[in-house]
Amino acid sequence: MAKCEEIVARCQALFEDLDFQAVRDWKDAAPGRKAIGYMPIYVPREIVHAAGMLPVGILGGGDQIEVIHGDAYYQSYICRIPRSTIELGLSGRLDFLDGMMFPSICDVIRNLSGMWQLMFPEVYVRYFDVPQNYADSVGGVFYANELAALRHDLEELGGMEITDEALRRSIAIYNENRQLVRRLYQLRAEAPWLVPASEAYLLLRAGMVLPVEDHSALLRDYLAAIELEDRPMRDNCRIVLTGVFCEQPPLPLVKSIELSGCYVVDDDFLLVTRWLTDDVPSEGDPIQNLAAAFLHKSMSTAAKYEPDLHEKGQHLVRAVRETGAEGVIFAAPSFCDPALLDRPMLQRVLADAGIPFIAFKYAENSGQMQPIREQAGTFADSIKLWSEA
Amino acid sequence: MSDKPANQSAADQDVVKDDSMLKQKAMMAAHYDRLTEAPAAGHKVCSTFVPGNLNELLMCFDLVNNLPEINAIQNGLRKLSGDYVKEAERLGHSEDVCTYVKSDIGMMAKGNLSPNGKPLPDPDLLLLSYTGCFTFMKWFELLREQYQCETIMLHTPYQADGKITRNMRDYMVKQLKEDVIPKLEKVSGVKFDIDRLREYLAASAKAEENLVWVLESAKRRPSPIDAYFGGIYYIGPIFGAFRGTEDAIDYYDTLREEVQQRIDNGQGPITPEGDLGEEKYRLVVEGPPNYTSFRDFWKMFYDEGAVVVASSYTKVGGVYDFGFRHDPERPLETLADYCMGVYTNLGLPQRVEMLSTYVEDYEADGLLVNSIKSCNSFSAGQLPILRAVEDRTGKPGAFIETDLVDPRYFSPANVKNRLESYFQMIDQKRAGARPAKAAGGAA
Repeated sequence: MAKCEEIVARCQALFEDLDFQAVRDWKDAAPGRKAIGYMPIYVPREIVHAAGMLPVGILGGGDQIEVIHGDAYYQSYICRIPRSTIELGLSGRLDFLDGMMFPSICDVIRNLSGMWQLMFPEVYVRYFDVPQNYADSVGGVFYANELAALRHDLEELGGMEITDEALRRSIAIYNENRQLVRRLYQLRAEAPWLVPASEAYLLLRAGMVLPVEDHSALLRDYLAAIELEDRPMRDNCRIVLTGVFCEQPPLPLVKSIELSGCYVVDDDFLLVTRWLTDDVPSEGDPIQNLAAAFLHKSMSTAAKYEPDLHEKGQHLVRAVRETGAEGVIFAAPSFCDPALLDRPMLQRVLADAGIPFIAFKYAENSGQMQPIREQAGTFADSIKLWSEA
Repeated sequence: MSDKPANQSAADQDVVKDDSMLKQKAMMAAHYDRLTEAPAAGHKVCSTFVPGNLNELLMCFDLVNNLPEINAIQNGLRKLSGDYVKEAERLGHSEDVCTYVKSDIGMMAKGNLSPNGKPLPDPDLLLLSYTGCFTFMKWFELLREQYQCETIMLHTPYQADGKITRNMRDYMVKQLKEDVIPKLEKVSGVKFDIDRLREYLAASAKAEENLVWVLESAKRRPSPIDAYFGGIYYIGPIFGAFRGTEDAIDYYDTLREEVQQRIDNGQGPITPEGDLGEEKYRLVVEGPPNYTSFRDFWKMFYDEGAVVVASSYTKVGGVYDFGFRHDPERPLETLADYCMGVYTNLGLPQRVEMLSTYVEDYEADGLLVNSIKSCNSFSAGQLPILRAVEDRTGKPGAFIETDLVDPRYFSPANVKNRLESYFQMIDQKRAGARPAKAAGGAA
């Protein structure tokens, strides 16, 4: 059985490989295989999977890529993920993609879908609109039709029918993957010293490039291996990290938060892996089931309208209560409209609930971690002082 | 604070204005009076946004329309927005986000005063016409938190593929039928009458017809209008609280007569300093203007003889010059199509197509992008749009950066410099084209 260290090393290698060799290898393994890229925060990967294609999470270039061309496409006041994603595209690193999906998360990602249409006309591009109306008869019908349109497009692209049976099978496979991710999060909330946030992040990140079956196997291996690890419990405080749902925080930032004395017991990393909060029924009409899951059993985040004023921000309060967290760290990418516009509302909800918080901004290529360490360390110290008082 | 309107009036005395401008000013003043007096008069107030605004529908319920973007513009023009933005930042709003939102939040924090010097009433309803701008959703979540009132989300699907599908239209009509209209009835206490809606829609179409005629008059040489700086006045009634009203019909009748007069007289556009002299440059402009230094910004153009013959900003509250008119025969469907058709709800290839068509049809010298720090919906993607339009038309493009209502992002020297360079580039392009044109004269 692989050791934790080996599993994490594999994930780290996948994370660092901006040429996406794992995906290229998957495509080369059989003729006619196709890969479909997707950006944060959610797309129904089940439909891509049922088409026999590989869904690939495209999350910008992180802190490892020098943006040479991408800056010529964006003004200085636009966040960094689109420019490094353009850089990936222009430098040929995404030339294996047969399609790209852009979820309706903000105006920048929305407009990036149009840029992709202009710049890469040979690639299938889909802006993935999701409903902000959650009534089955209104938003549900719209969304089910959008899913059916995606299914139709992928059938044309792949040259094969996507049967209901194949969709149901894919739903069951992704249900298992989500169960494993939930187990990982549960374990981390119970014993965060066993599952550092940086490891949890890398494990999820591996799921962006691996076939879901392989990713589930990797998660199972990790969960088994971690039982055998002897990792000491530190006198850290427990925090929820929020705002990191689109442009990725640099890995050193996640590590810095931990090194400064904070255990991350919940977060909004890579929400696509946990967006649907319960199993999707793997019997019946698969499109309707996926639509209903989106409407009624999906996570809350800044890109999603909250129709109930009194429910606004409560997901964060619940995350704190359920994981036993003592505070919240708001980490938002610079110029991220969804995260930054949402933040004052969420902070007021936390203040009303008596939950302490701090906030800072980052970019995916932030290099200087000392201020983060100092801020997070001070926050951890103050939490300990308050709890002792 | 209360003496501001008087000061503004004094300043206005130096500015040359057409009858239509004075008429619009009176309409706006009356509207703000109606708004501030709404509680006393027993009228309900609905806040909503310009793109995708459903003015005709709101009129069916006797609701008075309050548009926070217009308030922000008013505050920008009256040089109040800078303090409001800073106030919002003091209250915890990030320096990175939309300054329209912060101007609105700051205004609320500082008494929420209307341009008439009286406090704006709390809205009874927020109609979140979620059209072409992600920020709208957060903006009204913030206002809902403040006002704790009924909030309606009308989600407008994006035209990513350059078309309105049946699914998109059906979704919008269902939202109108099953969610928006019932809530409007509930808040207003007025029963929905679809024939009343048809009447207002027919009135809208009349005004739209004249607006398009006015905007297209810029195809002439010289152009009798400036379709950006002047255009902002021309779109005011139809983008604001007057679409569907007799006032709007009257306004656009007057405007059309004025423009016809200018055409008959061979006049160019009117500017704050009188008629423009020689028309030296014809530009298409993409993006909103700066409002905090609006007149200085405009002057940089008219001092150089530059006329904007078409602009995308004058399509942000509705695109009418490619044939769309509100259609009383399909009342809900037409509202849906209107919302989905506003400029910022169009895909980037559509925007390239539209701007290229403008450059060609209006015989412009090129495309100028005014990139607005606040507005990602407009700004993200403007650089590739600029390149694509240059490639399509063979005309040079240029790029300047300002902000809507945050004076900190208006650097006059920088903007002027860039504009002057652009005009030189156009001159060089013309000079370079002349021999080629002469050589190819036979063709």
